[in-house]
Amino acid sequence: MTALRRPYIFWLALFAVTWALSRWSFPLYKALDARWIIKFPKAWELPLEGWISAAMAWLVESATFGLFTFRDLTRFISALIEAPYDLVRNLLVDGFQTGLGQNAVEVAPSLSWIAVIAVVGALAYYAKDWKLAVLVGACFLYLAIFGQWESAMVTLASVLISVPMGAVGGLALGILSYRYQWFERALRPMLDLMQTVPVFAYLVPILFLFGFGPVSALVATIIYAMPPMVRITTVALQTVPPEVHDVGKMTGCTRRQMMWKVLVPVATPTLMVGVNQVIMLSLNMVIIASMIGAGGLGFDVLGALRRLDIGAGVEAGLAIVVMAVALDRLSQAFAVRERGHAITGGFVKRHPWGVTVVLVIVGTFLAGQFLPALQTYPDGATVTTSRFWSGAIEWINVNFFDTFEAIKVFFLNWLMLPVKRFFGGIPWPWGVVALGLIGWRLGGWRLGLLCAVMTLFIAASGLWPKAMVTVYLCGVSVLIASVIGIPLGVLAAQNERAGGIIGGFIDTLQTLPSFVYLIPVVMLFRVGDFSAMIAVVLYALAPAVRYAAHGIRSIDPGMIEAGKVSGCTRRQLLWRIKLPLAAPSLLLGLNQTIMLALSMLVITALVGTRDLGQEVYIALTKANTGQGIIAGLSVAFIAIIADRIVTALARKSKERLGLEA
Amino acid sequence: MTNPRPVKLDCRNVWKLYGTGADRLLQDHVAPTLDDMREAGLIGAVRDASVQIHEGEIFVIMGLSGSGKSTLVRCLSRLIEPTAGEVNFEGRNLLTVPEKDLIEIRRKKMGMVFQQFALLPHLTVLQNAAFPLDVQGVDRATREARAREVVELVGLKGREDYYPRELSGGQQQRVGIARSLAVEPDLWFLDEPFSALDPLIRREMQDEFLRLQALLHKTIVFITHDFDEAIRLADRIAVMKDGEIVQTATPEELVLNPATDYVGEFTKHIPRAKVLRLSSIMSPGDAESVAGQLPGTARVEDVADQIEAADLPFRVIDGAGEAIGTVDGRAVIDVLIGRSHG
Repeated sequence: MTALRRPYIFWLALFAVTWALSRWSFPLYKALDARWIIKFPKAWELPLEGWISAAMAWLVESATFGLFTFRDLTRFISALIEAPYDLVRNLLVDGFQTGLGQNAVEVAPSLSWIAVIAVVGALAYYAKDWKLAVLVGACFLYLAIFGQWESAMVTLASVLISVPMGAVGGLALGILSYRYQWFERALRPMLDLMQTVPVFAYLVPILFLFGFGPVSALVATIIYAMPPMVRITTVALQTVPPEVHDVGKMTGCTRRQMMWKVLVPVATPTLMVGVNQVIMLSLNMVIIASMIGAGGLGFDVLGALRRLDIGAGVEAGLAIVVMAVALDRLSQAFAVRERGHAITGGFVKRHPWGVTVVLVIVGTFLAGQFLPALQTYPDGATVTTSRFWSGAIEWINVNFFDTFEAIKVFFLNWLMLPVKRFFGGIPWPWGVVALGLIGWRLGGWRLGLLCAVMTLFIAASGLWPKAMVTVYLCGVSVLIASVIGIPLGVLAAQNERAGGIIGGFIDTLQTLPSFVYLIPVVMLFRVGDFSAMIAVVLYALAPAVRYAAHGIRSIDPGMIEAGKVSGCTRRQLLWRIKLPLAAPSLLLGLNQTIMLALSMLVITALVGTRDLGQEVYIALTKANTGQGIIAGLSVAFIAIIADRIVTALARKSKERLGLEA
Repeated sequence: MTNPRPVKLDCRNVWKLYGTGADRLLQDHVAPTLDDMREAGLIGAVRDASVQIHEGEIFVIMGLSGSGKSTLVRCLSRLIEPTAGEVNFEGRNLLTVPEKDLIEIRRKKMGMVFQQFALLPHLTVLQNAAFPLDVQGVDRATREARAREVVELVGLKGREDYYPRELSGGQQQRVGIARSLAVEPDLWFLDEPFSALDPLIRREMQDEFLRLQALLHKTIVFITHDFDEAIRLADRIAVMKDGEIVQTATPEELVLNPATDYVGEFTKHIPRAKVLRLSSIMSPGDAESVAGQLPGTARVEDVADQIEAADLPFRVIDGAGEAIGTVDGRAVIDVLIGRSHG
């Protein structure tokens, strides 16, 4: 036991035992004739899956609240979401009609493309300046010219509905958890879980409750986008300076006045950051939710991926990118916008933009009656780049096939397959023990117990092999993301010009909905683990870079000067001073990288991985709630274990550096 | 020395202890010592503080950071709930009045200025100054008219439509002062109002403050960690240390008779001529031939030249014009070079 307390020996021994067991688990099972070693006995499996499915079926079919049934409730919620959605959708895409089907008569057309561009341009000018107005206008013009208008407007309609609902809902929950501690205590674990349960897992029960269609997609989107808003609201309210509270009290504010006249307005800049997040997450989810009927750009990408229609996929993907950039810049501009001075004068003078926009809308509506091109962007004038992209990808594939193949084979043979074999071979009982030991070692017996129990849950759900595939894919991706990301981050922190370029690149990567990453990867490497790995690396790169840069930048300059005075070379400065001091920050980045990798990993099930993501995806296609939730929880547990272990590591390294007691 | 003016705010035996079991400790001990508290794991932010603040006076609470002065002023306005004690304001104990009445008292009778200004960033200067009235539901025209008055009073006329971010620190605090005056409070709390300002601006703001007080005659509780500031502004000063009030006195008394070594440390470096009045340094009795008459309330600094230049002593008179003593050049020099009397 005393030997075990020495750090290196403990970790070496743990690894050696794990490796040996992994290598010889099969012969061991043969020799002992104990099949339970490698496969969790069917008889012991938890019947949770069946229970959950049965409970859901009961909920939908016979649950009742006395006055109304559960189904009435879901129908009510559907109606509540559907009505505004239909309105916005009519406004943006379909136009207003009376009657149904064949008898439908158009009452009024949708907003013309020119009107929509004018509106977003005016918003951008209002929020910031001419440059932004031109950028955002150009983004939307791109959608029209390249024939993505209709799909984009369907997506935009979903975003426009889910953002206010998500933001207002998040604000309300955030205010409640700020006011009532018990509420926060109850809500926090749910938020933690919701952030780690993969998005697909939400879709399954929602699909079951609301059926296939836009409403399901919107519900999923709202639920997905709300947690960050809740957190940001609570934090924003908590960080209002105490003196501002005192001002409110001393001027005799009631509780309501305190909230709405003092706290919320003072916290508004931070709250707007939350709204920006809600917008970006909504866009991300609306794209993913095309699988359960959201339609729009996501549906186009999905369809193209399924048909392996390279050109169409790239086109729709680019449209998503363009839209993401426009929405992100616009909402960020609103977040940092400073109030200008009031303009005095007549109505027109005070509201120049409102008036212009109304004029454009009315003008294009009237003119559109005679000149359809003003109403709907003419098909003939659209430019399709589909053939170009197909050609380009084909050319790359023809000319560089061998290169890509060589890269792929190299990674598979030398990194991915050995790691896969290692994790795949670990017998589940040892997995439970090993994680328990790691948790105990780093964070005490509580953490050890938590890790062991969560691991056991995964094994007992019969998901051990798939969980190990998830761990292997996630591990390899995080490793590569760190190997690329940390040096980039260090470079960005040390060189201002490089920092600007890398920062811009990473910002753009982060605004892209996760779906988009799949497109180029599949085009170049086809389906499989390697493609999945590349997509995950791209998606999870950002936090590794950001936290590394942040860690290096926030080192006390005095320490670096001390190093220089001691005669360190640049290299020594980096390795002996900067990196060790940035270690806690690097670990936080690692944590975030793991979280993002796991969430992306589930989406890569679409390109044919055989991990827990696939399990969720299968559950989704079969609308099997129990299976989906169990697999989703398993992913969440992996995320939680990783999070707690890395956090414990970060705490240890902070203590070692004396940064925190 | 008796103060003729009535007591406006009477704070008796106020305690503020942090930690669990604070109530119990105060029930068990009438006056727990620091050791008692350490044993119970409590922190005594304010210990047994009693002060009477008279109408129209500037009462300064002086102490270094962590001495409990900010906590005490927040107990007086009940921004912090004291653990024990009484705070009587116009005959009512603020610590027991219901929430509704407290809101009403704060709306109509109290104003407060904060160290970090605490302006609302989304409101203009005018809207900030009008904010307390807005909270009370005063209509827009009335409250803006009043806000314009106070903004002009603090010298910010012409900047009504600026946002706080567009103002300098000194200007921001002027807005803070305007806001606290908008409701014409009876009781005016200033919590280190000038500590966040540059020394030059601070001096200017102190003058501004004295000018306002000469105009308005508010009852003022002023918090500071700067002893010079306290001496300059105060009618009376309470010195705090470790949550306790060690001495409450006029600036002059503090300088002449510091109650403890701790207070003495502060007063030692204060130029006495700025604090002492003639009545404190005069010799009793009257003289036959004098150079002139001077009021006993005159500060030595202000009349030193005059006394020194004359060959004869000056007669010191009280408010009623009666002779109360004499003062000569030597007494003034004693003060200026810090030589003790006699």
